[in-house]
Amino acid sequence: MAIIEVNGLTKQYGDLVAVNDIDFSVQEGEIFGFLGPNGAGKTTTIKMLTGLTRVTSGEVRIDGVDCVRAVKNVQSIIGVVPDESNLYDELSGLDNLAFCAGLYGIRRSEGLQRGLKLLKQFGLEEAKNKPFRTYSKGMKRKLTIAAGIIHRPRILFLDEPTTGIDVVSARQIRNLVLDLNRAGATIFLTTHYIEEAERLCSRVAFIVEGKIRHLDTVENLLEQAREDNILEFVLSNNRVFEEEFLQKAFPENRIEVKGSRVRIHTTEPVGLKSFIDRFTEMDCEVFEARLVRPTLEDVLVRITGLDTSGLKEVRGE
Amino acid sequence: MKTWIAFSSILKKDMSTYYLKPPNISWGIIFPLAWAVMFFIRTGEPMDIRGILPGIMGLSILFGTTSMLAVTITFERRRESFNRLLLAPIDLNLLMLAKTSGAIIFGVANGFVPVLIASFLTSLAGVNWAGVFVGVLLISITSTFMGLFIAVAVREVFEAQTFSNFFRFPMIFLCGLFIPLATLPFWLRPLSYILPLTYGADLLREMLNGEGIFHPGVSLVMLFVFALGLFLFSIRNVKRKWID
Ligand SMILES: Nc1ncnc2c1ncn2[C@@H]1O[C@H](COP(=O)(O)OP(=O)(O)OP(=O)(O)O)[C@@H](O)[C@H]1O
Ligand SMILES: [Mg+2]
Repeated sequence: MAIIEVNGLTKQYGDLVAVNDIDFSVQEGEIFGFLGPNGAGKTTTIKMLTGLTRVTSGEVRIDGVDCVRAVKNVQSIIGVVPDESNLYDELSGLDNLAFCAGLYGIRRSEGLQRGLKLLKQFGLEEAKNKPFRTYSKGMKRKLTIAAGIIHRPRILFLDEPTTGIDVVSARQIRNLVLDLNRAGATIFLTTHYIEEAERLCSRVAFIVEGKIRHLDTVENLLEQAREDNILEFVLSNNRVFEEEFLQKAFPENRIEVKGSRVRIHTTEPVGLKSFIDRFTEMDCEVFEARLVRPTLEDVLVRITGLDTSGLKEVRGE
Repeated sequence: MKTWIAFSSILKKDMSTYYLKPPNISWGIIFPLAWAVMFFIRTGEPMDIRGILPGIMGLSILFGTTSMLAVTITFERRRESFNRLLLAPIDLNLLMLAKTSGAIIFGVANGFVPVLIASFLTSLAGVNWAGVFVGVLLISITSTFMGLFIAVAVREVFEAQTFSNFFRFPMIFLCGLFIPLATLPFWLRPLSYILPLTYGADLLREMLNGEGIFHPGVSLVMLFVFALGLFLFSIRNVKRKWID
């Protein structure tokens, strides 16, 4: 069953069309990824869905409720984790959580109890009585997520939950998202980390300049890439080739150059050796050669023909 | 029930993080005290205490509520924590009432500080206390809603400060707090009649000393009309500007 249905949703700020006539639906219980570069319209979409911004035109239904007219009727089942941590600096971690619970009609005693449990789960127990202002960025992010789920929402909107967070905390947050989803929550997640979308989401919408360019299950997207073989070569002596030069040398393959790393896309299975020989002929030694599994990024580039350089990759994990 | 829990959570949080902070409490006491002392020194006669008490009360409430509300709301808007309130399943009218009730209570408390001080210095026999309370409450409500009106008009905290002062300082002179309306130049008087504090101060004067110039019924109606008008106008602007 679709718990979120969006039709022809548009947001205009003056002349700027931030979100341009988008359609999608989110199934109950899924993790839906909204993937796009800076300024694509991800945050604006969340704001329209949750009642923080007026819809210019189009329809939003959440759990059957017409959100354009009566978003208040559905806000009790929604949790929102904004891209900026916006809790109260002067309140302690625990007080922040109890206050947020209170906003949803949860008694303070119950709010404190739930808050303590979440603080434990997020590894913030020691900081529970410290003012939010003294928290580090990662701690703030975690507490903001805790505040978004304290009323046990059926649908959770997460706006770039791991941006600017260290690797360990980011992994904790991702696992938490998966746990919440397993416990039954529907999750709408925006990110510009392709790998994050690949790892977490069942379906992904790729949004650029306010338009959805592609929407499919991650599985299908990767399936399309199965016939795509990617060979990666690390060249010696920090030898850096021009992409154009290599493209001429291998006219039948798509070439990507990242420093001394060269990626060659082939549609037929070819041995690494023939390519190594070609590089040797070009007077260039190959340090490392391997077959790479195509990622969502490769697929998106292929499908949309878009440059994804605005999208960062999650590295170092 | 749920709505009430949400309402009281907002009220309690604002009370503890803004209004019951030592600087504000001391402001609420020192400010009226300073004005009282200044006037007593000028007039000298102990007799006059009751005469200037309504003006000092009005002033204390005005200065305790208007900018306090305008600044705290603008502050929360700037830091986007206000979005949390907009995301909560609470009707917007109720939300704004919760947000203003802290300032209103604070204003009422401020209004009675001068009364307490005066009670040590002079006899307060024959005062209509119920009437005084209603007057203090209504001044507090209208002054707070003026703060709300300011909060929806500005974006930055410093603008909220400046804008508050822009209103309140002229009001000291225009609302008959210390200078009788009759002594104002006739062309300024229409301004007095469109300021809620004029009616609030007059109501207090009537209830404390029986010296009001308007019928208390007129003052009550005017204060209600101002309160409702300011609130509805502000809510409309909240919907238009904050949920853009
Ligand atoms: N309140 C606003 N007024 C005017 N323009 C706005 C407003 N909010 C967003 N925009 C514009 O709308 C476009 C989409 O912004 P949005 O914040 O939705 O992008 P995003 O996909 O969330 O980007 P990011 O990854 O940087 O968070 C941008 O061009 C932005 O400048
Ligand atoms: Mg964003």
